[in-house]
Amino acid sequence: MSLLTVEHLTIRFGGLVAVDDVSFAAEDGRITAIIGPNGAGKTTVFNCLTGFYKPDVGRMCLNRDGKEFLLERMDGFRIAGQAGVARTFQNIRLFPRMTVLENLLVAQHNTLHRASFHTLAGLLGLSRYRDAEKAAVARATEWLERVGLRRAADDEAGSLPYGDQRRLEIARAMCTNPRLLCLDEPAAGLNPKESADLAALIRDIKAREKIAVLLIEHDMSVVMEISDHIVVLDHGAKIAEGNPAQIRANPAVIAAYLGTDEEDAA
Amino acid sequence: MEYFLQQLINGLTLGAIYGLIAIGYTMVYGIVGMINFAHGEIYMIGAFVSLVAFTILGTFAFASPVLAILIVLIAAIIFTSVYGWTVERIAYRPLRGSFRLAPLISAIGVSIFLQNYVHLLQGAKMKPLQPIVTGGFVMTGDGSFPVRITYLQIGIIVATVVLMAGFTLLIHKTKLGRAQRACEQDRKMAALLGVNVDRTISITFVMGAALAAVAGLIFTLYYGAVDFFIGFLAGLKAFTAAVLGGIGSLPGAMLGGLLIGLIEAFWSAHFPIAYKDVAVFGILVVVLIFRPTGLLGRPDVEKV
Amino acid sequence: MPFPQALREALMAAFVALMLAIPLIGFRLADTMQGLAIETRFDWVAWGVSAVFVGRLVLGLLRGRGRPLGLAIKMPALPPNASTMFALVLGVFALVLPFTPLGDRYTVELAITVLIYVMLGWGLNIVVGLAGLLDLGYVAFYAVGAYSYALFAINFGWSFWLCLPIAGVLAAMFGVMLGFPVLRLRGDYLAIVTLGFGEMIRVILLNWKEFSGGSAGLTSIPRPSFFGFPFTANPEPGQTAFHELFGLEFSPLQRIIFLYYLIFALALLTNFFTLRMRKLPIGRAWEALREDEIACRALGINPTNVKLSAFALGAMFGGFAGAFFATRQGFISPESFNFIESAVILAIVVLGGMGSQLGVVIAAAFLILIPELLRDFSQYRMIMFGFAMVLIMLWRPQGLVAHREPSIRLGAKA
Repeated sequence: MSLLTVEHLTIRFGGLVAVDDVSFAAEDGRITAIIGPNGAGKTTVFNCLTGFYKPDVGRMCLNRDGKEFLLERMDGFRIAGQAGVARTFQNIRLFPRMTVLENLLVAQHNTLHRASFHTLAGLLGLSRYRDAEKAAVARATEWLERVGLRRAADDEAGSLPYGDQRRLEIARAMCTNPRLLCLDEPAAGLNPKESADLAALIRDIKAREKIAVLLIEHDMSVVMEISDHIVVLDHGAKIAEGNPAQIRANPAVIAAYLGTDEEDAA
Repeated sequence: MEYFLQQLINGLTLGAIYGLIAIGYTMVYGIVGMINFAHGEIYMIGAFVSLVAFTILGTFAFASPVLAILIVLIAAIIFTSVYGWTVERIAYRPLRGSFRLAPLISAIGVSIFLQNYVHLLQGAKMKPLQPIVTGGFVMTGDGSFPVRITYLQIGIIVATVVLMAGFTLLIHKTKLGRAQRACEQDRKMAALLGVNVDRTISITFVMGAALAAVAGLIFTLYYGAVDFFIGFLAGLKAFTAAVLGGIGSLPGAMLGGLLIGLIEAFWSAHFPIAYKDVAVFGILVVVLIFRPTGLLGRPDVEKV
Repeated sequence: MPFPQALREALMAAFVALMLAIPLIGFRLADTMQGLAIETRFDWVAWGVSAVFVGRLVLGLLRGRGRPLGLAIKMPALPPNASTMFALVLGVFALVLPFTPLGDRYTVELAITVLIYVMLGWGLNIVVGLAGLLDLGYVAFYAVGAYSYALFAINFGWSFWLCLPIAGVLAAMFGVMLGFPVLRLRGDYLAIVTLGFGEMIRVILLNWKEFSGGSAGLTSIPRPSFFGFPFTANPEPGQTAFHELFGLEFSPLQRIIFLYYLIFALALLTNFFTLRMRKLPIGRAWEALREDEIACRALGINPTNVKLSAFALGAMFGGFAGAFFATRQGFISPESFNFIESAVILAIVVLGGMGSQLGVVIAAAFLILIPELLRDFSQYRMIMFGFAMVLIMLWRPQGLVAHREPSIRLGAKA
């Protein structure tokens, strides 16, 4: 059984059908890319998965360690906290005035908050909380090293260069200990070298954490290089699905990206 | 039924005043995203200017009330607008682009300043005005409870409707209105496209002040007494009206104003009058719980 | 700026000043037997307009082009530990103040007032400064605290130390009651609802005479005792007064000094609590919420709970301060809990620099001392106060202390 199964997902905004009867699945230890032209509904799918929008029709079932979570019925923060779905945003959303390390600790809020016995143990300075905090800092440090930001740990997140902010956001998402990581255009605005590093990072996450990665990306070199499975959306509908080689050869995909003769004629 | 009708008329009159002030709040909020806390004081200044102008005309023994009101209206609009413009120029414009609460605190400061400024210059006592427009007629008269509507009330409601219609036209049909709506959506882009943002915002403040001046004049005529403190509560109610109707929406502000006027009128008629403000805010809370963006506010789709 | 341009701008400013001055300064409404009469004060107008003209001209000539007011004074950048040092000095000063030559009755009373506002500022700082929730009705919680202490002490004779936690808990409960329905509203909607709530509480206190004494308020609220030893010259038989306990001469100053240390301790408690909370998950979640609520939700943080905790804790400290206020004054009425109070407390937080504990102290001292220094010109007090609020905001929009100290550091070792 797949980790995430999306069936017949449909979202309308007024008269506009942003996502039209889309079904796909995401597996543990695999990178699934969602691609498509601008306005195809990719980010809307993400917003649905992470609870910011409620779908009009459809089912999103996340199967985690034998427990089923129906994402369409959960509040956004529960999806992240209980079902283990983490995400990044197209227009980076860090906590700009907090430090890099603090950003990563906020990501571990639920664990730490429980360990602080809803603040009480923390206020009293009990060892139980101190240990938990130490572990959280260790986890944060580990991720900082993996994304190469160890030295910036005490800098304000908002002061980091753009590429670093992108990697920090991924590290922050990973600090929530997710089962499904949703990356919304992580390579946008990066130079080729940074893109290559990013691809390596995502592959590293897949290999070492064995979690499922959902990826929205326009940079086809990244997508084709790292994806195991690709879902193509156009005008809200799924037009193709398959591995990179299949997608590259699919006439419908080529038509969607380059336009068809009929459309030119119309 | 007659009683109901009478309260309806009273409530509509009161609501017209709130609505006119609320438009100022809602326009400013729409365009610069700040709560112009000093707007209630601008309205108070409008009322004072009207009173001063009436008294001056009175010393010349002016005969025609209609002409007198017209002159006072123009004077009130002009002088009050200068206050609205100056406040924006001095206290808000330098803070544009700094963080969200800075202009709010500045506005609270302006509000305290203006209140005490008028207090110092004109004294603390309530200033009475002789009734200028008198008379009215009985709408239904079965003798037991005549429903009276005064000429003044008719004038107020008509003037408000005309102003409202004029404003809607202004916002939707003129170049100025287009510039305002553009600034509302995206100030930077508007500036790039050649809209003079500073001027557009100034004009918005002036327009809000002008409407507040009209409201001040109406208040002076209707209640016949003005003091330096009337701005606070009226401002609060008008802002509540703007939020109730959906802040940023002109018809919403008017609707909110009318609703609050009606609630006050009906509450005062049936329940302890002292608690009418509690009723107003209570209803605001209830409405916001069910419609978080107000009655006519655009539903709030989160940009993720 | 070349002279012609400066002249043009000065003329413009003078014209605006003239328009502002004519209706309200130029004419004065005077009450006479025959109703309103008009007096003129055109000489005032002339003076005012000339002053604006000359001032603008001089400013224009002195400065190049730039901001409308000459407010570009820069604060020197302070070394990072300067604020800690400064806070320490302030703390020691506050600790010994009553025993320095400065510590006369008037100064200590004034210092108590400042400390009340410092505490209120610190309480509201949790809500506005850390969690970023705009609360315009904070005074409501202050009122709840004050009235709970007063009512319990008057009706049941409960002691201050018993009433203090009750007042805090009740205020926090009011915070939750108000917060629960409205905290999902966004920024400015929350502002108006809290403002309305503050007014509602005041109106109810004003009109529910059987409960709160109405506009007359509550009088003869028990004054505090030194843990059971009253501050009186002639204790009732069987009681030991404070001065007898320590073998001192009786002096009315003793109670004031006790009150001073009481509020000092309460304020410090608020401060240390907040500083501690900032380093805990909930405190970091408050700040994260202020920075970006959507990102918080994506990280699994329940925004409502986090907001509610900030709201309730802020309210609790407001309640503590209220209880202290009631016992200090011995008399409370709804007049003490009007919107201006909320505005002043909010101004303290924002002027201080959102989230800065030290900033709150400086801003509170500023805002309370300005009107106090002007007490000989009492009629100009509030107008100067409003003016100062605008000026400080224009001068430092980000607040007096804009520096944010991280809640945790990893250290720079690579």
